[in-house]
Amino acid sequence: MSHDYSLNPEKLHEDPAKVTHEGKNKFIGLWVFLGGETVLFASLFATYLALKNSTAGGPSSQEIFGLELVFIMTMLLLTSSLTSVYAIYHMKNHNFRKMQLWFGITAFLGLGFLACEIYEFAHYITDYGFTFRSSAFGSAFYTLVGFHGGHVIVGMSWLIALMVRNAKRGLNLYNAPKYNTFALYWHFIDVVWVFIFTVVYLMGMVS
Amino acid sequence: MSLASAQKKGFGAILWDYLTTVDHKKIGVMYIAAGAFFFILGGIESLVIRVQLMVPENDFVSAGLYNEMITMHGTTMIFFAAMPILLGFMNVAVPLQIGARDVAFPFLNALGFWLFLFGGILLNLSWIFGAPDAGWTAYPPLSTQSPGHGTDFYVMALQLSGAGTLMGGINFIVTIVTMRAPGMTYMRMPLFSWTTFVTSILILFAFPAFTVALFLLMFDRMFDSAFFDIALGGNAVIWQHLFWIFAHPEVYILILPAFGIFSEIFSVFSKKRLFGYTSMVFATFLIAFLGFMVWAHHMFTVGLGSVANAIFAVGTMAIAVPTGIKIFNWLATMWGGSIRISTAMLWALAFIPSFTIGGMTGVMLGAATADYQYHDTYFVVAHFHYVLVGGVVFGIMAGLHYWWPLMFRRVLNETLGKLAFWLFFIGFHLTFFIQHFLGLMGMPRRYWVFLEDQGLDLGNLVSTIGAFFMAAGAIVFVINIIYTAVKGEKAPQDPWNGRTLEWAVPSPTPFYNFKQLPLVRGLDPLWIEKMEGNGKLTAAEPLNDIHMPNGSIIPFVMTVGFFIASLGFIYQYEYPIAYLALYGGMAIGIGGMIVRSLKDDHGYYVRKEELEGEVE
Amino acid sequence: MKSRMGKVKLFLLFGITSLVLAACGKENLTSLDPKGYGAESSFNIMMLSLIIMIGVFLVVIVIYTLALIRFRQKKGQENYIPKQVEGNHKLEVLWTSIPILLVLILAIPTVISVFDLADETDASSSINIDVTGNQYWWNFDYTGEEIQTSQDLYIPVGEKVYLHVKSSDVVHSFWVPTISGKIDANPENTNTMYIEAYEEGVYWGKCAELCGPSHSLMDFKVIAVSPEKYEQWVADMQNADPEEVPAEAVAQEGKELFESKSCIACHAIGSSPNAVGPNLTNYANRTTVAGIKDVTKENLVEWLLDPESIKPGNLMTGNYPELTEDEANSIAEYLLQLDHSEVTPQSIGEW
Repeated sequence: MSHDYSLNPEKLHEDPAKVTHEGKNKFIGLWVFLGGETVLFASLFATYLALKNSTAGGPSSQEIFGLELVFIMTMLLLTSSLTSVYAIYHMKNHNFRKMQLWFGITAFLGLGFLACEIYEFAHYITDYGFTFRSSAFGSAFYTLVGFHGGHVIVGMSWLIALMVRNAKRGLNLYNAPKYNTFALYWHFIDVVWVFIFTVVYLMGMVS
Repeated sequence: MSLASAQKKGFGAILWDYLTTVDHKKIGVMYIAAGAFFFILGGIESLVIRVQLMVPENDFVSAGLYNEMITMHGTTMIFFAAMPILLGFMNVAVPLQIGARDVAFPFLNALGFWLFLFGGILLNLSWIFGAPDAGWTAYPPLSTQSPGHGTDFYVMALQLSGAGTLMGGINFIVTIVTMRAPGMTYMRMPLFSWTTFVTSILILFAFPAFTVALFLLMFDRMFDSAFFDIALGGNAVIWQHLFWIFAHPEVYILILPAFGIFSEIFSVFSKKRLFGYTSMVFATFLIAFLGFMVWAHHMFTVGLGSVANAIFAVGTMAIAVPTGIKIFNWLATMWGGSIRISTAMLWALAFIPSFTIGGMTGVMLGAATADYQYHDTYFVVAHFHYVLVGGVVFGIMAGLHYWWPLMFRRVLNETLGKLAFWLFFIGFHLTFFIQHFLGLMGMPRRYWVFLEDQGLDLGNLVSTIGAFFMAAGAIVFVINIIYTAVKGEKAPQDPWNGRTLEWAVPSPTPFYNFKQLPLVRGLDPLWIEKMEGNGKLTAAEPLNDIHMPNGSIIPFVMTVGFFIASLGFIYQYEYPIAYLALYGGMAIGIGGMIVRSLKDDHGYYVRKEELEGEVE
Repeated sequence: MKSRMGKVKLFLLFGITSLVLAACGKENLTSLDPKGYGAESSFNIMMLSLIIMIGVFLVVIVIYTLALIRFRQKKGQENYIPKQVEGNHKLEVLWTSIPILLVLILAIPTVISVFDLADETDASSSINIDVTGNQYWWNFDYTGEEIQTSQDLYIPVGEKVYLHVKSSDVVHSFWVPTISGKIDANPENTNTMYIEAYEEGVYWGKCAELCGPSHSLMDFKVIAVSPEKYEQWVADMQNADPEEVPAEAVAQEGKELFESKSCIACHAIGSSPNAVGPNLTNYANRTTVAGIKDVTKENLVEWLLDPESIKPGNLMTGNYPELTEDEANSIAEYLLQLDHSEVTPQSIGEW
């Protein structure tokens, strides 16, 4: 007998992500992991703040940053966080198709964010000659924002893998926790971006 | 699945069994074995250092090789000897102590082990291609300018094993939060489980800072970024901050589990409940908390300014308070008890005065003004060896003697054990006590040679002699292991008159640990049952099917992939062909993740009928 | 009779003193016999903390020994079950509050002295020296005096001298244990520390931060002289003439080689701010060759021929044309007659 992970339509659980023991562990485990991620980004922010004026004669933050694009990126990512909330809402209602739909929108927005970020970096490099190697500021900027971008890429791969893999299987107690942990991770990435938007871009425009 | 069949497997099958295992007990033993191997390597390196410093202006090793020795000794001992052995104890004991059948993330746990092991192998491969030579602290710009690939090996090895350790930490936090047996409330957990929990929290919050520091160093060395490049506006002190934000808590990551081990041993061998259990738990948390607040006491001479120095000085001294609470609680545990001095207890007893000295020199170092003299001298070397050997290594030795019957069903020979203890103990004090004075007399640390006529000759000679006593002690211990394996008698299930749950499971421990989860009715649950004359645990559930995870080769394969990719990273800026290794390795590693994600793995069940057939 | 007793007493006193001193290490290197302001401040805190710590240690050891003697399991007690004490509130409060008190006793003077040692208010009216750590030597640039020295730092006794310490390459740390605690030489910023010597003497200085293969060979000296001698030394150094032609023929040849073999590209004589290599003004009065060897012609020739064998990883190796033994000899002759000051370390003390 293999364990039965399928949803029983007679007796639906309030939150399919937290029925199994493994599901609960995953959820707590990801929260714990995010604690470590917080320190990771805190260290990167500290490094960035220490080096943001070390331009060594290269372009400075005031010269290169433009708010329009970054604002669009912020909107994309914030909206994608919201759509993932809808997706989880539908998961709790055991509506697999709607969940997939909203996660699909999330992925679409996330990829849009990535495209913007790639354009932004390319713009800095070609138009200003501002690279990873220009100055300590350059290194710190690309590392901090790049680490966030890397997290977005991981999140996107995770989400797309989940959606493709489960497209035919539907929702069950085995994969519900996976969707749920993804959503939690995605919110975290969104929060980090809010900090980047404030600390890197807004503060970088002003000072 | 019958347990007896496990005895008749061939070598290949056993190897496969260990490569694919997700059983925390096996992983624990592998951690300890690998850690012991690296401990021997680190020990040999330390002997080379001491031989070089036996007489003034010696040329036993060259200056460059000497710097490689000190770097490898420090890195190996901390990351690849002490930490994995302690993680091994956690794996072996904690799930049993809290009454769990398994850990929360068995797959991740296995992955963490393999990452550590291959990190250690990668680091030691550098002996063939040129080892790191900038000290285990790897301060830039020395580390960024270090020629060859030594520092690249350092970076990648620690990045690999650091990721593994982080996984281990997360695993234990979740295990302890969600998998305690019925009735095992937090305040009934054995102290070793508590220190494991707090240590895991420290790992979680400390390692990412180091991960970032290593990335910065890696980017500077491999991809020409400018974090530590002064000409491009870089700032080398950032490394020192990030490094010590990690490395100070790291000291507590090492010492807290040792505190846990001693707490178990003092209690068992005094036949008394741990004195002041609540304050012990509280003190553990306080030490961990303060441990994050004091990193800059490693940087008093960096020029952070007097305000910073004053704050960090006072913070550092404050750690003496919870540590003092612990010492006095251990003394009070012995007070009024019935003390049996087994080898495990002997190591624990030796720990008290040794660690007290180490703790006190710690407070002395915290006094910033005096630290302007102590900093980076042999006084510091003496201090941290009193803490790390007198605390951590003694703890490891005590733990090995204490849990050996649990792991290997044999009791280590007591005579050989005591001989090893005395050799090591005398050697330890001989080696390190005099180093306090060497430092004060003007000998900075990491000195390849010291000059004649500077009053440092005698102290260094004594120290070297002591090192050989320690080596002799270690050799006797190895002989003891072999002797016990060959001639030792089978250990009973509960050889020490234990108090905690790991002594309540049959010997050998079934892979599912508990046939029925126990009902815990208080601190020291086994002791409570003994006192009430049951001698057996009360079951918290009827006999039922047991769900267990499947073994998997994926953690091993993934690690090999990342290992190959690391070699690619190390060599890509010199040989473009290394990109092949980089991308190939990453493909294997990420491929492993994808396979793991796409495949359903529901584990399996041990049938109730099978369990009924097992004899206790 | 009485005088003999006196002699015995004197002898005993002398014996004990020398024993204590031997235990303290070399007189002009150890931090345990402070002869400067910073070292004394550190020493006082050291002693205060040591006394407190020894007290704590004794308490621990007494309880520990008593527990071991009184409560060890004796024959026939194998089945004895001691009382399972949970704790004792009063005791626990006691051993929490006493350490807090002790820590406070130590913390207050520590904080006071930290601020005291960082006090820079007198810097502008004092002697200021820029100290630069290099792999593996030290450069001292006397602000406003047009004097540069390497390896030997001359300071007047009884005055606060402000050192502005930085590094030209990797992190070093400036340490003269008998005079003062250390300060790091960082590549990205300048750290300021003052030192004040109480007595005339030649004090050993060491690099205290791992800086490469020859980290242990980066020694230097602080030569503390009376204010009058210091004045004279300053005047002598300012009068040093780099163009001066030596009297002897060998040394003259050495001077020519010094110029033609590109020594002069890195090493200045006089106050030129060239700091690629050590400044060689007043070389005859250096305390050491390369920071660690006695000043003899043999040692200097050995250094000139193969610096790598003396200081592994130094930046001189390979950066000058190969010298024959004769050429090295001539250059050594030239350098060893660069006697620019009458204030010699030998007249100050031993090292």
